[in-house]
Amino acid sequence: MTQSEKYTAAAYLVVFLGVLVYVVIIGSKLQRLQREVEQLVALVKERRDG
Amino acid sequence: MKLPVLAAACTGLFGLAVALAFFYAPADADQGLSQRIFYFHVPLALTSYACFGWGAWKALKYLRTRDERADLESYVAVHQGVIFGALTLLTGSIWARISWGVWWSWGEDELVLFLVLFLFYCAYFMLRYSVDPGPARANMSAVYALFGVVLIPVSFLAIRLSKQFIHPRVFKLSGPQMTGAQFLTFCVCLAAMLTLFATLYAIELAGKRLDRSLRELKELLA
Repeated sequence: MTQSEKYTAAAYLVVFLGVLVYVVIIGSKLQRLQREVEQLVALVKERRDG
Repeated sequence: MKLPVLAAACTGLFGLAVALAFFYAPADADQGLSQRIFYFHVPLALTSYACFGWGAWKALKYLRTRDERADLESYVAVHQGVIFGALTLLTGSIWARISWGVWWSWGEDELVLFLVLFLFYCAYFMLRYSVDPGPARANMSAVYALFGVVLIPVSFLAIRLSKQFIHPRVFKLSGPQMTGAQFLTFCVCLAAMLTLFATLYAIELAGKRLDRSLRELKELLA
């Protein structure tokens, strides 16, 4: 692999990794929101039953 | 447009863009393979300008209507712009290392002005999170986002004002300085990048809105 090929591959990889990291961060935030929704549902059920 | 449609269009366009960049567009006689970085680097830069422009438009909408949704939309657009801006700087730096032998050149007006624009919008987050949530924060953020948009034409035109002309000038008044196949590839890459922005913007905005609604619900239940 030539130097030019390595750098070109690195440039494309940087973009795909950047997007991937962003998607992982957004995914983890959505998981947190899902947990919070579940907690709220549990709280509402608890109040209704109690 | 619905999110699944956007995501599907984004995936398809990106696949097509990479295929065109590597298998359809002819190799540049002067730069060789490294010229193919151009197909992602320039669309990334143009998309970051579009993000900042969209953020400024939403900021203006907020200042006119005081609608909280516009403030959130402006924030998300600026956030996306900073991400695309960081990727522009990284890919540009890699290209500079191959072509110029250095990672960065302080003598290049366009590079420095793009960095100034990027850092200006990075400071947007410092300003936003230094103020408690509410109308004051939204007002300050909107005014700041509007000021930043002035830097976009300066950054965009800097290459034409620059006296050194080391940075390649592809788009001139006489038209794009590339073959039809290269221009088509560039257009597809730009469309892919703008669709990526639209998709990530929609996802992040949906998440932020959900987060805000959950906070309100928690306060009501407390």
